[in-house]
Amino acid sequence: MYSKEVMEHFSNPRNIGVIEDADGIGKVGNFICGDIMWIYIKVGKNENREDIIEDIKFKTMGCAAAIATSSMATELAKGKTIVEALNMTKQDISDSLGGLPAVKLHCSLLATDALVEAIYDYLTKKGLPVPDDVSKKHERIKSELEKTEKICLNPKAQENSLKKD
Amino acid sequence: MKRIYLDHAATTPVDDRVLKAMQPYLCERFGNASSIHRIGQEAKEALEKSRQIIADKINAHPSEIVFTSGGTESNNFALKGVAFSNRDKGRHIITTRVEHDCVLNSCRWLETQGFKVTYLGVDENGMVRPDDIRQAITKDTLAVSVIHGNNEVGTIAPIREIGKICREKGVYFHTDACQSFTKVPIDVEKDYLDMLTINAHKIYGPKGVGALYIKKGTTIDAWQHGGGHERNLRSGTENIPGIVGFAKAVEIACKSDVVQMTEFRDILITRVLSEIADSSLRGHPAHRLCNNATFSFSGIEGESLLLRLDMHGIACSTGSACSSHTLEPSHVLMAMGLSHEDAHSSLRFSVGKENTAEDIEHTVDMLKKEVGLLRKMSPVGGMDVQ
Repeated sequence: MYSKEVMEHFSNPRNIGVIEDADGIGKVGNFICGDIMWIYIKVGKNENREDIIEDIKFKTMGCAAAIATSSMATELAKGKTIVEALNMTKQDISDSLGGLPAVKLHCSLLATDALVEAIYDYLTKKGLPVPDDVSKKHERIKSELEKTEKICLNPKAQENSLKKD
Repeated sequence: MKRIYLDHAATTPVDDRVLKAMQPYLCERFGNASSIHRIGQEAKEALEKSRQIIADKINAHPSEIVFTSGGTESNNFALKGVAFSNRDKGRHIITTRVEHDCVLNSCRWLETQGFKVTYLGVDENGMVRPDDIRQAITKDTLAVSVIHGNNEVGTIAPIREIGKICREKGVYFHTDACQSFTKVPIDVEKDYLDMLTINAHKIYGPKGVGALYIKKGTTIDAWQHGGGHERNLRSGTENIPGIVGFAKAVEIACKSDVVQMTEFRDILITRVLSEIADSSLRGHPAHRLCNNATFSFSGIEGESLLLRLDMHGIACSTGSACSSHTLEPSHVLMAMGLSHEDAHSSLRFSVGKENTAEDIEHTVDMLKKEVGLLRKMSPVGGMDVQ
């Protein structure tokens, strides 16, 4: 059902965890399958003084595809400039994983969404200009996360997530 | 790596004794039971002997057993056959929200054909309330269909009580007993059954063979037309090797296997609930199939846990095997009132007679390890494993 690459990233996921002093945090969810993904980024500068993703970590509750796409998305984003990271598509992630089953393609969208959200969080915190398409994406993602939390999470799980925050 | 199979509710391996009983009917005694010559009559004898064995097991008369291709066909046949045959008397059917898809989808199709279906809810243990059935029966009701042992959570429905209500009210009662057959005693007379679905591949028999018990006098239309096999109720050359295997599987099913499975199930349940925090048992704590242990592990997703256990050679299932290609949470768990999150975090273990105590202990050890790992990855990780 899954490609070798998906199973490899699922068995040995890269970049799991939390960045305590993260510059941006992206939290996304899918209300149908119940997947939840959080991405943390630390932003630095490259030699051209452009913002780059210096470090990136994730936490995901989801199926094998959700975990593998989180792992791959963080691998691909690490070291990229903010502009390059924003241009990453779900297709890029899916292709790097040797493809995903049709029913699981939305997982790769979830990963790019989490990255967009983390960057949006960074830009707004820093008071930097937010490109229009990023703002639009942010509005869509935010409403989907609210729906997910309302439908999918029981009070107990919400309590636990608050404790860890 | 040793493979540990804990998905017997999906299917079982064929028992050696079953295979041995079937083998002669594939090559040497290959006859068509409808043929008049001796080769054909040999097959016919085997067919009728098998029918007798299965009838005896449920206290039925052999003429009340119709062989089919399995549980799905038997359930389709029972519901559609009775509905169409009695459509001048009524148009209403009652079932529950926790049935197997083949019952639910047969009912949904019947709705497109002018029938009305009531889908009754269940309590938090997946148990249907007989009183709800009593109240749902109207003058228009033709039949009631309730699953006996639930395939996902293992809850055993009180079929005798339901059957009695149906008999009193004069409506047909059908139960899908694919999961419970040979595990829970069934007596078609005492349980007031008009129709009963059973099959072979859940009880160490071959795939592709099942039966529908139809009480004498039941008005039912054939659903598969042809040469008039099975007393005109199910045409098609009988699957003699399969049917012989089915009968053998019934013959060898014994109480000591049930005792053994119950013991393994209980070790699994006790250890998981006491050693893994934030884990819950799904389904009825007492009225449950001897082989079913279904859990929710909060903060993680069932498929991930299933695949990580698979890496250790341990095979189990998320909900029913049929729904593993969809994203929607299990309709059974949702009917029991679980949140999406709890439904998605559920895993079903179904033990079998060939498992060993070591299999069960090893499974719990791996489960603890993998639940802990996945929770560390999860943003809503719940508590760590003790």
